[in-house]
Amino acid sequence: MTDQTAHSHDDAVDEDRRNFIHIATGAVAFGGVACFAIAAVDQWNPAADTRAASALDVDISKVPLGSEIRVLIGGKPFFIRHRTPAEITAAENVNVATLRDPETDDERLRPMQDGKLNRAILITSGACTHLGCVPVGPAQGNVGEYGGWYCPCHGSQYDTSGRIRKGPAPTNLPVPNYTYVSATVVNISL
Amino acid sequence: MKAFRILAAGLAGLSLAAMAHAEGGAAAHPHEPEGGWPFDGITGQFDMPSLQRGYQVYREVCSSCHSMKLLSYRNLGEAGGPFYDSDYPNPNDNPFVKALAADVEIQSPTPNEVGDYDFRPAMPADTFRDPYANVNAARAANNGAAPPDLSVIVKARHGGASYVYSLLSGYPHEDAISTREVTPAAVTTPASDNGTPDDPSDDVAEVSTPAEMQTIIDMSKVHVAGHEAAEGEHGDAGLLIQPAGQYYNPYMAGDTTPQYIGDPRQSPPGGFLAMGPQLTPGRVTYADGTEATTEQMAHDVAQFLAWASEPKQITRKSLGLPVMIYLGILSVLLWFSYKRIWRKVEH
Amino acid sequence: MSGHESSYTPNTGFEKWLDKRLPIIRFANDTAITFPTPKNLNYWYTFGGILAICLVVQILTGVILAMHYEPNVNGAFASVERIMRDVPFGWLLRYIHSNGASMFFFAVYIHMFRGLYYGSYKAPREVLWILGCVIFLLMIATAFLGYMLPWGQMSYHGANVITSLFGAIPLIGESLQTWILGGPSIGNQTLQRFFSLHYLLPFMIAAVVILHIWALHVPGNNNPTGVEVQDVEKDTVPFHPYYTIKDGFAIALYLMLFAAFVFYAPNALGHADQAIEANPLVTPAHIVPEWYMLPFYAILRAITFDLGPIPAKLLGVIFMFAAIAILFVLPWLDTSKVKSMRYRPVARQFFFGFVVVCLLLGWCGAKAPDAAVIPALQGDKVLVVSYTENGQEATSEYKGGGEAYLDAKRFMASLPEDANPSLAAVAAPTFQFAQLSLILTICYFGYFFMLFFIGLTEKPKELPESIHKSVLKRHKASTATAVPAE
Repeated sequence: MTDQTAHSHDDAVDEDRRNFIHIATGAVAFGGVACFAIAAVDQWNPAADTRAASALDVDISKVPLGSEIRVLIGGKPFFIRHRTPAEITAAENVNVATLRDPETDDERLRPMQDGKLNRAILITSGACTHLGCVPVGPAQGNVGEYGGWYCPCHGSQYDTSGRIRKGPAPTNLPVPNYTYVSATVVNISL
Repeated sequence: MKAFRILAAGLAGLSLAAMAHAEGGAAAHPHEPEGGWPFDGITGQFDMPSLQRGYQVYREVCSSCHSMKLLSYRNLGEAGGPFYDSDYPNPNDNPFVKALAADVEIQSPTPNEVGDYDFRPAMPADTFRDPYANVNAARAANNGAAPPDLSVIVKARHGGASYVYSLLSGYPHEDAISTREVTPAAVTTPASDNGTPDDPSDDVAEVSTPAEMQTIIDMSKVHVAGHEAAEGEHGDAGLLIQPAGQYYNPYMAGDTTPQYIGDPRQSPPGGFLAMGPQLTPGRVTYADGTEATTEQMAHDVAQFLAWASEPKQITRKSLGLPVMIYLGILSVLLWFSYKRIWRKVEH
Repeated sequence: MSGHESSYTPNTGFEKWLDKRLPIIRFANDTAITFPTPKNLNYWYTFGGILAICLVVQILTGVILAMHYEPNVNGAFASVERIMRDVPFGWLLRYIHSNGASMFFFAVYIHMFRGLYYGSYKAPREVLWILGCVIFLLMIATAFLGYMLPWGQMSYHGANVITSLFGAIPLIGESLQTWILGGPSIGNQTLQRFFSLHYLLPFMIAAVVILHIWALHVPGNNNPTGVEVQDVEKDTVPFHPYYTIKDGFAIALYLMLFAAFVFYAPNALGHADQAIEANPLVTPAHIVPEWYMLPFYAILRAITFDLGPIPAKLLGVIFMFAAIAILFVLPWLDTSKVKSMRYRPVARQFFFGFVVVCLLLGWCGAKAPDAAVIPALQGDKVLVVSYTENGQEATSEYKGGGEAYLDAKRFMASLPEDANPSLAAVAAPTFQFAQLSLILTICYFGYFFMLFFIGLTEKPKELPESIHKSVLKRHKASTATAVPAE
């Protein structure tokens, strides 16, 4: 490419690179690819059937006193615990100011249809807030030092309100979105 | 040479068109309802009230035999669906969809605490109730022919929604149908022994057989678009004998020749199917006061099934326009870019 | 990968450092930027770029679809419908993939016919052509494997027909077929291995495409004149930006056609039976492959006679594979020294005839073999009374209108009781697709043999001295007649 003709080609190219029409063409082409990329990325979001399977009605009347049942909603574990009066008292008598993640027991309950709190039933997420292990509880015979749950992975201890008391977990077990459909049925959704 | 190229191009177009549609049976060509389908064409939309009525027809008539396994009640309330409500983008929350689901009792797909499968009202996330536990049950209950699943029926038939519409509204009018009592000796299957006396040996065997009822259709009274009605002047000619448990429909794929009395060259179009005419006038009572004629119900349910076969088709077509405009603009820009880059080069 | 001297000079320190260790920038520069390309390539030459886009689109959408697809006989059909209904943009990705196969084949056929017309298979580009044929074979295999995945009626029964072809091979056929299917019939194991291979083969195609481009860049592009590049400065332009922009424009136009199918007629090229879940007990009334396989399917069905010890079934299979295999030896079948058909007046006529033959074969493949080619020319059906007379089968024919039927009835009534007469309408003999297919099959293979003899006898037109001169000449001609240049 030392010949004169070749040079004029190259010059033409260099001049063209700054030409508006080429910039516009490149921008429009890039925009099209970007739009297609939206579809290619969005397809990883939960599909409609997955989203539809993200709520569950649970009959809480079947939960044995002093124990819990565990349900999976969209593959995530949830605890539904039927607390004894002693456990309720223990949960209420904690000095909230001393907690790592300060929350009163009442703040962790949702009202029934008549507006009152059903203190016997505690519903929390079943995934330890540290790294997502599922803590053991009354059903496994190990409630930890504070009577709630104990996470065997890294030793987090939760109390009878599902609040973190000891160990590496940073926050309390989250309370899911749930409503009382009737006195004995709650609808839990993600 | 030019002519050759034009010929080649023409043949290319022709053969592509021919390839797209393989040969169908000898059934009558399905026709669309008067006024066409509102969802046809690149800007077509579903007629929502018709979709809603169509669901009612499916629910009250079809669903007693036909499953729609790929559909869930939530689909009815999704964007583009018949009962979509913009207040409830999540159809699981839509009270009307919940009520429609709860109206149907299904067997729970998951076992209860003791391992039994309870019956309970459906929830939006449940799939449409399957009328039969499995395909064997469906077959046993329907004379050996399992009713097809209707989830994608419009995609699965040549003619699409028009086929469903034509089939459902195309059964012969009852004026053309009559029954006659035949003694087995005279049971004639025209292709084999047209009116001739049977073997004496056969007669012996048939003595004990009781007389039976035969349903016959006078084809001179059946008018199928695009086909001449049979003449019916040579004695029995022009009569079609319906096999027991089968119903004649000119839009059903099949062969009527063996059942036709008359010139086999003029056997009527269509075939026989196990489903009898279902959409008798007034079969459902529409909540919106629309008169439930056979054509109206066939129209509504065909449109509903067209939606169910491809719920995203309106989204697809409406996304098509911006994409085409975009590609048009891109092509024009590329053309000018191309012209500019090549302007100094002879090529 | 290039036959030209590298013009790359590393500018930055990093480029210099990298160029000594892995000259990847030099490689990319020489391959896709400065590669000298004949300046007279027309739009038929843009299909290489279009095909590259098709492959990328198919791999991208295919990898995505595989994330949602379930390769299991119980779940495959429903999982495809789930993609269409529930996965965000799933309908778009799936329709792009399914129509993309058609667009891929449409482009590859144009690309191949372009190669045939301009003699791109001739020395020194035989390996380039053969690699292209390998890609085409891999494409057919990939398309066939992929067609099974939706687990529709055509998937199942189409695969059944095609795998039965292997059963036609003498001695090992049956065990080979069983081995391919992994059982006595198509089952879950077949679906799973087909899925795995359908995922693998596109990457093999991509690998052969790299070889294809390598083999292209050693001798350089052919061009419409078929005259080799003599003076790089005068005859060629760098690939970028000249051909990137020209290919880009053609790709945009092709994408419009693609989008028209995806958005407005996504199922037009498919078959309604694919929307019915596979049922091994019921075969669709009329089995046809996808449109791009129809010409080969027509050749397969055209052979209905035994040839010596070779049964018709095997012969059909042999002919079908030969139809592709003959492309591999084409560089040695065509004896002409002139590449481009522009300068081959006789061969050119045969070429256009060959295109028509291929299209007509496609038409035959879509039709039932016993259907009339021209229904208008088919006579009326004939009434045939079959009966037994003195223990012998006999027939009697009646032609004409309603009278014929009455005559036939009367004749039947007149027969003795043990004659057991039956009446049927028989189609009048006519020119059927099976016969047309056979004629076209002969024409298909005939073309390649004709090329051999035409090359020996044909007197070609005068070739231009160089690409540059031919362009100048054309430009003068076009300015004189005021016809816009290409």
